[in-house]
Parts: sequence; C-alpha cells; structure tokens
Amino acid sequence: MRDAMLSLLAKEPAHGYELRQRLVRALGPAGGALNPGQVYVTLSRLERAGLVEAKEVEQPSHPDKKVYELTAAGRERVADWLSDLTWSKVAPVEFHLKLVAAAATGLADPVGLIDSQRLELLRELRQLHELARREPHGSDGALLLEGASLRLQADIRWLEVCERRLVERAEP
Amino acid sequence: MSAVIEARGLTRLYRGKGQAIRAVDRVDLVIEAGETVSVMGPSGCGKSTLLHLLGGLERPDAGELYLGGDRVDGLSETAWAVRRRAGIGFVFQAFHLVDELTAVENVELPAILLGAGRRDARRRALDLLDRLGVAGRAGHLPDRLSGGERQRVAVARALINEPLVVLADEPTGNLDSRATGDILELFAELGGTGQAFLVVTHDARVATIAQRLLTMRDGAIVAQTRLDPGTSAAGVLASLADFGEG
Repeated sequence: MRDAMLSLLAKEPAHGYELRQRLVRALGPAGGALNPGQVYVTLSRLERAGLVEAKEVEQPSHPDKKVYELTAAGRERVADWLSDLTWSKVAPVEFHLKLVAAAATGLADPVGLIDSQRLELLRELRQLHELARREPHGSDGALLLEGASLRLQADIRWLEVCERRLVERAEP
Repeated sequence: MSAVIEARGLTRLYRGKGQAIRAVDRVDLVIEAGETVSVMGPSGCGKSTLLHLLGGLERPDAGELYLGGDRVDGLSETAWAVRRRAGIGFVFQAFHLVDELTAVENVELPAILLGAGRRDARRRALDLLDRLGVAGRAGHLPDRLSGGERQRVAVARALINEPLVVLADEPTGNLDSRATGDILELFAELGGTGQAFLVVTHDARVATIAQRLLTMRDGAIVAQTRLDPGTSAAGVLASLADFGEG
C-alpha cells in the first residue's frame, strides 16, 4: 500500500482525494473496496517517514488543502520498489498441507476437501467474472481482474491434479 | 417452473473384457426451463455419456427419461430423431458443421428438416447469425471461418428450432482463450432467453456461467451446488485490495 501510493505520486503531486481516485482507477472494483481513511493514514505515515512532503495550497473558495509530493528519499524508494522482484505467493501451500494432514490422520476425507475447496474457488471465479463484465473493456481494473481469474483457474486445475494423484494412489 | 428434462435412475453400462462398468450410475436429475447447469468431473467420470443419454444419442440400460414432460427413454430411433430435432440443440467441441454447406445453410438445416419453409428458415438463420455477431460470415464455408466463428455458427444451429434445452459438450475445448471468452459472453447473454442449457466441461471458466454446478465421479452425481450470485463479492474484492497494510 505505501509503495503503491508513493508510485502514484511519482508522476505529479496530488492531494489525498486525487490520490485515492488514481488508486481506484488503477485497481478497478478492488479500489472501491478500499477504506478512504486508509489513504490519509498512509499519507501521514509516509510524511513522518520523510518519503513525502505536504504543502498547504491556498484555495480561493475552499479551505486550504494539502498537496503531497515525493521527497528525494521517496523517489529512491519508488525506484527500489519497481526493481524489487518479490512476487505474491506462488503455491497454495496451506491447502497442500491440509491434504497431507487429512490423508495422514484420517480426520477428513481428502477428496471431500478438494470438492469443497473447488466449489469455493468456482464461486469466487464467478464473482470475478461478474465484476469483470461490468468493467470497461481494456481498463486497468479489468486487467487486474483477469490476473486474479487466471490464478484461480490455475488453482482449480491443480485441485484436479491433486484428485488424480489421490485416485492413483488408492488403486492397487 | 417446469422441468424440461427429468432423469430418474438413469444408468448406462459399458461392457468391456471383464465386468460391466457403470459409465452413468443411477443419475437423478431435473433441469427446469431457462436453467443453466454445468457438469464437471475428472475425465472418464461419465459426464459426456450423461449428456449423450439426455440427448438421445445413447440409450440408457436402466432408468427413465422425460423430455418436456413426455417419457422418451423407450422411443424408437426414428421417434427420437424427431424429438431431438424439435426439442434439443447440440453444441460439440469439434463444431460438427457440414463442410459443404455455408454458415447460413448449416444453421437453417435443422429448421428445414423439421418442415420449415426455406424462406422462413433462411430468415431465422440470418437473424440468429446476426444476434451471434457472425452475420457477415453467413455465406462462407466452415473452413473459411475461425474456430470461434465456427462455434458461433454451431450455437446458432443449436438454437434455430428454439429447443427446450441446449446440450453442450466441451464447447470451448477447441478454442483459444480469447474465443472462449467471446463464447462465454454469448452464453451469458443467451442465459436470459428461456432456453435451458446444460454444459459439460473441464474448463472452470465455462462451468461458472451456470446457476447450478453438478460434480460427477465414477458415473454418479456426487454434488450439486448453486453458483448463483447472492453471496456478496465483498470477500473477493477484499482479497484483491489486500496488497500489504498501510
């Protein structure tokens, strides 16, 4: 969140509301779920950390507003963030361990676990597709939803592999 | 709501070297008018055989089958052919278009076989091709069409006699991701037209267009679940927006 907000300030300074708009545009429907207060909390943390600077701008008909701008340290942090190769987790480790535990202990039926999990993922997939259908074609938000959809589809395929493996093992 | 398809104890045996295998094992199933149902399951679970039984392409060894309220499992081959033409539309993975006929001729064929006048059949076929976004390809032979276009033509053909139900077997199996997306959008639009729709698939994207999902294993339906919206998308949205705390 901090890095994302810094990167959105890198193009040009913005006040809090503008910044939130940029974030919502970049994220699509996921952005709508963000708590507006989170933007301001994050901005004040970034300010305390010396990564952004706030300037009061006079407005003729409204109270003065704060415009946030990256500091040199902030720019450096954005550059670091862009070149950092950390990726969100690649393997459904927790479910894998559940399957191992279920098979080892007999406390749950592994195939039953796979079935329930698959249904849950299919429901999520359906929701993603409904959200995607409402997004403007080619928007940043739609692109993010497609990424989420492809990952879910891969997870569902993996559940099929898990099931095949279990069946093969059960055969004499 | 009325049932367009009802199966009771539907069973199909395949006799191999040893004992008979129950490819479809005592399946009970009701599909209501306008309902969209998907069937998933590992390969060999009997999902395609079930679709063949429901469409009269194979005969059950036991059980009862009703189409539009009429019992059809005991019908002769000829009687089944008539029922099929009027009441069921098929969409297959390999499209199964007649290579020698143009797109519009493929679409109008089932209407003509059912006794429609040529002019009326042509008009309906062109309307459907237009609705499915391939009106511009009406005069082309199938080998001049892309996979996605061929499947659109096949969907138009499945709909021309306004069947009670459309049965689709891996309809996107031969399509790339883009064409799959287009066909799915199409299915979603067709969802509101009152035709029941049963799709057998291993593609999760396809399965999620349905209101109800059946899971098959070893010839039996082992789970039935509603996929309807109703559950809020809040959880999915929260996980999308979860990219590190402030």
